Amino acid sequence: MLGWELPPYNSGGLGVACYQLCKSLSKKDLDIEFVVPYKADHGIDFMTITAAHPQGVSEVIRSGIAYDSYKYILKDGTEEYLDIYAQVQLYEHAVAKLVEETEFDIVHAHDWLTFRAALRVKEVKGCPIILHVHSVESDRAGGRGNPLVHEIEDMAMHAADRIIAVSEHTRKVIHREYDIPMNKIEVIHNSIEPSGLVPLCPDNSYRYLEAMKAQGYRVVVNIGRLTVQKGLPNLLQAAKKVVQYNPKTMFLIVGSGEQYYELLTLAAELGIGQNVLFTDFQRGKRWRDAYAVADLFVMPSVSEPFGLTPLEAIGYGTPALVTHQSGVSEILSNCLKVDFWDIDEMANQITAVVQNDALRDTLHENAYREYQKMSWDDASHKVEKLYKDHLAVAV
Amino acid sequence: MIMERNEGSKAIVLYLHVHQPYRIRHYTIFDTAVKHDYFDAAYEDQESNERILKKVAEKSYLPTNARLLQLLNDNPQFKLSLSITGTVLEQLERWSPEALRSFQELCATGRVEIVAETYHHSLAFFYSRAEFETQVDMHKRKVQELFGQTPQVFRNTELCYNNDVAYWADQAGYKGILAEGWDPVLNWRSPNYVYRPSYTSNIRLLMKNYKLSDDIAFRFGDQNWSEWPLTADKFAGWLGDEQDATNFNLFMDYETFGEHQWEESGIFGFLSHLPGEWLKNEHHTFMTVSEVIDNNEPVDTVDVPQTITWADTERDLSAWLGNAMQTSSIQALYDLQADIIKTGDLVLIEDWRRLQTSDHFYYMCTKYFNDGDIHAYFSPYKTPYEAYINFMNSFHDLKFRLSEKGITV
Repeated sequence: MLGWELPPYNSGGLGVACYQLCKSLSKKDLDIEFVVPYKADHGIDFMTITAAHPQGVSEVIRSGIAYDSYKYILKDGTEEYLDIYAQVQLYEHAVAKLVEETEFDIVHAHDWLTFRAALRVKEVKGCPIILHVHSVESDRAGGRGNPLVHEIEDMAMHAADRIIAVSEHTRKVIHREYDIPMNKIEVIHNSIEPSGLVPLCPDNSYRYLEAMKAQGYRVVVNIGRLTVQKGLPNLLQAAKKVVQYNPKTMFLIVGSGEQYYELLTLAAELGIGQNVLFTDFQRGKRWRDAYAVADLFVMPSVSEPFGLTPLEAIGYGTPALVTHQSGVSEILSNCLKVDFWDIDEMANQITAVVQNDALRDTLHENAYREYQKMSWDDASHKVEKLYKDHLAVAV
Repeated sequence: MIMERNEGSKAIVLYLHVHQPYRIRHYTIFDTAVKHDYFDAAYEDQESNERILKKVAEKSYLPTNARLLQLLNDNPQFKLSLSITGTVLEQLERWSPEALRSFQELCATGRVEIVAETYHHSLAFFYSRAEFETQVDMHKRKVQELFGQTPQVFRNTELCYNNDVAYWADQAGYKGILAEGWDPVLNWRSPNYVYRPSYTSNIRLLMKNYKLSDDIAFRFGDQNWSEWPLTADKFAGWLGDEQDATNFNLFMDYETFGEHQWEESGIFGFLSHLPGEWLKNEHHTFMTVSEVIDNNEPVDTVDVPQTITWADTERDLSAWLGNAMQTSSIQALYDLQADIIKTGDLVLIEDWRRLQTSDHFYYMCTKYFNDGDIHAYFSPYKTPYEAYINFMNSFHDLKFRLSEKGITV
């Protein structure tokens, strides 16, 4: 399996999804070798993790998120910073070298960062390659995105034997953006492991919001990167309407990103500066507490391949409102759903929840029942079947 | 009669404004409802009021006052006026009593006049007349207590001025009021005379000669300025050559000396030599703001329906109230007034007042070009957004404190 990150060295959902999928797959009669572009101790014992170091490199130090440059320490002690393209290229060469000495049946590659390497393996070994698409460039960047990334995705998806999309939504995007036949794309939804959720500690970090809730306020939260595809400006527009109906509504925006200042200004311009709190990026307890303090979690994404956050919110006791343009909306019944552009309806549904605790509680109760049944086992069954189909063809 | 006595004579009216706000520390939503210490940054932090006050006292207040006292002792004709906000006086009392004493020593000469203003350097005039009058009164009492004099001339925060401000000050019994000598207001007229504000009975208007003032306050250390280096005799020469004048209103931030213009620029030498150079001519003198009003009849009426200030190229309120973050946060703060005052909780009321200081809104200014560099210099925060977040979290904490008293806002 070719991947770019695993927890705890992940920058986002990609690492978590790879981890959970492999953990579930490892219960089956499969041996997984997971190849990442850096060396680290992940504390994982259910599969082999291999660092794909290019020749002459002794260590790779990650500077932050997946798209940052990494520092490569060469065997002669010198250091070099490489941008994301150079890393993708190095990874490709390192993987090609690695497979020369390794026996395996199938290559399963996660997202564009590893697609060139997968293509190289197919070229060298002729084995089937399965591309697992957690997001496509247009989801990440809006519009067509980076043309170089677009080209890698285009080439790889055409050459692949099979494509896994994390949602029907993503399957359609792949078909639309890259003209891949629908029957070549299999939808295998992401999931969540309820047992893996870190439990809440007492004393919520948002003491102010707790106090205001006691005064009759209600809290709406969003957690995520403040980036164009997450649709936050629409949430603020809806918030303005909600506040007109129910001034005792607070909106908590947890995250950072290039839209941070734009959103701050927008909230002030809309006249709801008093009702919108920005916390910047948070992790750990403050991140979990943000879910817990809320009466409603809203994910207003313009395009969301899957969207794990609403499920986490439900796990922490808060019902969710998601857009139809998200993968999670396909597998979760007991949540509110709107189109990302429908600000009036978004405001309507948020207002309904903040004005009606019974609706909030019922929504969560039923959602939690769905949530408790969720597991990655379903996804891993489907992946295993896919492997078998391809190996049968190959033999 | 008065006019005859002053025939041919010219006075420098030097007026320096002393102010330090209570800057808000990095105050997050996780502090809100937990700690109420908005103004207590750690000593080593950018926003530490104690550290900044001590630095400015050392770089500006102490060395400048030493020179001013020397000048007062050496030149019986040397006089000046000061405005000192309540927020800086409190900080001096707490962190630099020696600097406070040096101001008191200046006043003890009898030739330094203190100007009236709001205690908290606020824009309250535009949001709450009752609150505004309370703050002006607080300031008057503080000045009486510390300097033993009662201010006769009023200046509004940042020289914010319009006909309404003048009318208020006239009714309140002030003999004079200060404003920016802004060209669109003066038209062809010179700022170097005493004027009468429209719709007033007794009050007089002194307008800042911003060209001459800014030569000292802004351009003095600029080596690219065609007049650099500016010497005391050159500057005194310019004023002496000016025929169209009775008084040169040199109004500026006190911190020009040693803080905005560093000691290395030669600003202290300029200050030390200016009185001597100016007083070489027997028709030249210095006057305080009250004296120049007492000694000159107004030459004309000045009508200012719009609000002018002494800031930025626009000379309006846009540095404080130019974007939605600024206007919405200041409005939110004043919306709390009735509930805050009702509590009678003096600590809570004082925190609310400290948040009214105009500097908080100045830090939120997003006019980045031209004036932006000045704003960046004066702000302890990396971005205006950070300033806004700190302010709003403090505002929410005020709301929390009200809610603890059973008042829901």
